Amino acid sequence: MTIEFKGVTKRYPDGTVAVDNLNLTVEDGTITVFVGPSGCGKTTSLRMINRMIEPTSGSVLLDGKDIRDSDPALLRRGIGYVIQHAGLFPHRTVLDNVATVPLLTGWDKAKARKRAAELLETVGLPAELGKRYPAQLSGGQQQRVGVARALAADSPVLLMDEPFSAVDPIVREELQDELLRLQTQLGKTIVFVTHDIDEAVRLGDKVAVLRVGGVLAQYGTPSDVLRHPVDDFVASFVGKDRGYRGLSFLSSSGVEVKDAETAEIGSTLPGTNTTWLIVVNTGGQPRGWLPPGSTVDGPITEEHLVAGGSLYQQGTPIRGALDAALSSPASLGVVVDEAHKVIGVVTARQVLEVIEGQPQSSAL
Amino acid sequence: MGGFFSELGAYLSSANSRSEILGDLLEHIYLALLPLVLGILLAIAAGWLGQRWQVARSVLLVVSNLLYTIPSLALFVVIPGIIGSKILDSVNVIVALTIYTTALLVRPVLDALDAVPPHVIAAATAVGYRPAARFFGIELPLSVPVLAAGVRVAAVSNISLVSVGALIGTGGLGVLFTDGFQREYFSPIVVGIVLTMLLALVVDLLLVYLRKLLTPWERATTSKTAVKVAAA
Repeated sequence: MTIEFKGVTKRYPDGTVAVDNLNLTVEDGTITVFVGPSGCGKTTSLRMINRMIEPTSGSVLLDGKDIRDSDPALLRRGIGYVIQHAGLFPHRTVLDNVATVPLLTGWDKAKARKRAAELLETVGLPAELGKRYPAQLSGGQQQRVGVARALAADSPVLLMDEPFSAVDPIVREELQDELLRLQTQLGKTIVFVTHDIDEAVRLGDKVAVLRVGGVLAQYGTPSDVLRHPVDDFVASFVGKDRGYRGLSFLSSSGVEVKDAETAEIGSTLPGTNTTWLIVVNTGGQPRGWLPPGSTVDGPITEEHLVAGGSLYQQGTPIRGALDAALSSPASLGVVVDEAHKVIGVVTARQVLEVIEGQPQSSAL
Repeated sequence: MGGFFSELGAYLSSANSRSEILGDLLEHIYLALLPLVLGILLAIAAGWLGQRWQVARSVLLVVSNLLYTIPSLALFVVIPGIIGSKILDSVNVIVALTIYTTALLVRPVLDALDAVPPHVIAAATAVGYRPAARFFGIELPLSVPVLAAGVRVAAVSNISLVSVGALIGTGGLGVLFTDGFQREYFSPIVVGIVLTMLLALVVDLLLVYLRKLLTPWERATTSKTAVKVAAA
């Protein structure tokens, strides 16, 4: 389902403009992230999609149909909504929270609860949590319940208002991965609001950067926004590391993998080692480096090894290749295949040459 | 003292006075609790209005404060003139106490509704609740913990005020006081005081129990905290 904003403006009676002439189309089956500092109208824009806020002028269309033609309550039952702090109903069990929309639309209780139990599984929560009350759950679990409740509507559209901002960074990353995994299964049209550009870049197929006063500054792919910010505001908003982070969207094709010398752990080394040697286990997976100038009496063991840097899996974006090279004690980035077997090495110089040689437009 | 106790024994051993006491007690319960229920309903309706319109809220708070300052006896006497009931009709007491209960509960109801987290209300709207269903399904159940404290005060206040009604001739345990004073007979007065206090105590305990029954999620949450503390 596509969502279209056509000349949408929200002006409050005191004259404050929250959203200023927003024109934007959210493509079917994609995640679009509204990102910007507080006061940029991102939440207001989101809430105009399910009529929790009515625009002062302009219109919002769902699949070409003006949402003002729908009854607000019915419209909302057909649009999943995940709110900050999950917004669960504290007086209802987890299962009944998830069953809210089916019950509102007139399902009988048993059927609604059965559906709710399935959804708990979908979002990765054990069934026994269903009987608990929200306050008995961790922040991350509550947020999953919030997602399950939004999915219960089984609607093609999902609105998410800073859903992961109140949980700690590790749980947030877990939830983000989970959302991406769910999205590959469900293919919903998702509008996601955040103030965190990293989250936006990580989740979004498209990113809409809004500035204070509700003006759309830039709308494009994450790679576009990171690599070609349209103005100083977007450039400063996406942050200092944007050049490096932009490499996450750059293909690594063209990076030549050089052969590397390897030795299996447990084997013996004749004489003094002359080069940086990658020591692998019997499966060919890297265990560490043997520095030049070292001599080993008897078989090579873990104790002889210098810990390696990050590993670069061939075929993933070029950022990993550069990081592998820069973090390696040998200044050689270890390249592995899907089975994490060593297939060679790359140098930072090689990677940089490929980056410089890539036309800017070749970004994913 | 001995004289008093034998007098009390004699009073209580008379089947006649026992049935009289029981009748007074039942009437007292009826006169105190019916206005409590009516007052809760009216205060909730007032709260609904006050939460939606700022003007209604201010007016309700001022009016409820003023109403509560009217002396109960004055109210008992004035009401027949307003609603056209007979001066000795128990409906006067019911109306007066309903007014007091409502006046007493308007503020707690508003406070209780205010205490419902805004993001929960927003979530209810977002999943497609219409305003009335949201009020009864989400806001009201969640306001029970704050509201319960106000209801307990109102219940005890009603139980004590019903006695005043005896001065204008309505029933309840207050009759034992007027009787006792007129006949200079202390036993009914003592029995009346003790029963009023016991009634207040029992009703209060029942309300505590009712609150627990209506808020199962609170117990679940507290017991979890207790476990956490024990583990720490």
